[in-house]
Amino acid sequence: MIQIDEIQRRLLKEVADLHQIPEGAYNIRSNGAALGRASTANIEITPKENASGIDIRIKPGTKNESVHIPVVMTQSGLKELVYNDFYIGEGADVVIVAGCGIDNCGPEDSEHDGIHRFYVGKGAKVKYVEKHYGSGHGKGKRILNPGTEVYMEEDSTMEMEMVQIKGVDDTDRTTTAELAKGARLVVRERLMTHGEQTAISTYMVNLNGEGSSADVVSRSVARDSSYQKFDAKLVGNAACSGHTECDSIIMDKGRILAVPGLEANDVDAALVHEAAIGKIAGDQIIKLMTLGLTEHEAEEQIINGFLK
Amino acid sequence: MLELQDIYFNVKADDAKKEIINGISLTIPDDKLVVITGPNGGGKSTLARLIAGIEKPTSGRILLNGEDITEMSITDRAKAGIGFAFQQPVRFKGIQVFDLIRLAAGTRINVSEACNYLSAVGLCARDYINREVNSSLSGGELKRIEIATVLAKAPTLSVFDEPEAGIDLWSFQNLIEVFEGMRRSIHGSSILIISHQERILNIADEIIVLKDGRLTAQGTRDEIMPELTGTASAVKECSRISPRKGGSAE
Repeated sequence: MIQIDEIQRRLLKEVADLHQIPEGAYNIRSNGAALGRASTANIEITPKENASGIDIRIKPGTKNESVHIPVVMTQSGLKELVYNDFYIGEGADVVIVAGCGIDNCGPEDSEHDGIHRFYVGKGAKVKYVEKHYGSGHGKGKRILNPGTEVYMEEDSTMEMEMVQIKGVDDTDRTTTAELAKGARLVVRERLMTHGEQTAISTYMVNLNGEGSSADVVSRSVARDSSYQKFDAKLVGNAACSGHTECDSIIMDKGRILAVPGLEANDVDAALVHEAAIGKIAGDQIIKLMTLGLTEHEAEEQIINGFLK
Repeated sequence: MLELQDIYFNVKADDAKKEIINGISLTIPDDKLVVITGPNGGGKSTLARLIAGIEKPTSGRILLNGEDITEMSITDRAKAGIGFAFQQPVRFKGIQVFDLIRLAAGTRINVSEACNYLSAVGLCARDYINREVNSSLSGGELKRIEIATVLAKAPTLSVFDEPEAGIDLWSFQNLIEVFEGMRRSIHGSSILIISHQERILNIADEIIVLKDGRLTAQGTRDEIMPELTGTASAVKECSRISPRKGGSAE
């Protein structure tokens, strides 16, 4: 039986909704080492031989199974670069829960850079959930720089839910995707930054196959003196459809830069970009105040709803 | 009981002072449904907003059950028992109907309790409880949800600013029944509705007519209704539009 301490337990709950060691396939990484690992008949997890990280192989046709690969760090000053590769077999339908929680109470920066590569087989469906969380009052920063590469074969579907609500000081996230015929990518990003935090999120989606589609939507809140950059580029190389949206609330002295990018290289590529940045609407606050909430409570409810 | 004592409200427009409310005193008694009506731009919505605390009067006092609430914030007035339904309900991204009703109720009510409020305003609760209060809802749906939030809050004074605005005739027919129901169970509270609709005026205990920021008439429904319908004040407003020459054969 794997022993986990209270801080690890709390981080696991925040990033993966885990209260215990999960059922099914999992790999829990803590402070640079594997805390536990389990494969199933259909999902095999093996450590890489030449680099830090793991390979996750999901057999074709695997249905209704999940993989949990959370990372927790509680040691100040630890920096790591990890490569995780996912091979999702044809026709599989799985849920993958990643996520990283850093508790840094020390003076030095803690950094986890995770490179995830997904090879999504023909007709496969993947739901991917990635949550980031930081805690601890040390001077050291909590830094997460995830890189995600998605290679989607014909008629495959990938839904990605990326959440970073609290405590991460510095993030530079890059997501690239290549979509073949009929492939469908859906991204829902939710982000809140506060204090002096910075968060950069870059997407580069190539719609290469006929009938492929992408929908990349980010909702974010920038508070205090934090800074965010959302840079989403869609490239339509065939008859395809693409939509990106950046919807942001700005508060205090927060700053947000939204960079729309659309490139159509085919006459039948239909691409749309929407971006809106603004403070909380005054009438929303007034409405909630007429229900008996204080101004501060009203703001919290509006933000909670917006990021839900 | 709500009392307005000599309320004035001015705004500055182009360096000139514009008087929106010009010395209004009135009382909304307990157990009564009072309708304020009058021409557009007469100050009706401003008066409702002054009662809810969204605007503060330039001078005058507002008393709720004898307590001076003139300087109270919107929040404190809500806590003191005032409910307010907006003329144009506010939309929220991400906040669900259930969340809003729960916030209005002020306690952690369960789904079935929240559904009762939706049913009371004629919405099929199951279809709406998990919907977001965003632009996917029609004007009529939003208006009903707005009214449901006031019902859930159960205020001692409910203020509705033009409940008929922005909804179609058929939806409005159903809404009348909602107000009739509220009228029947008014005991221990009072209702103030800003409205132009004859059917709303018909369920009023008292009617107040507001024009150019002043009260021009006040009395029971039987006293005021004949004045409003078919008499000088109604016709005068219409006669401002000059008839077209030679056209409009209908």
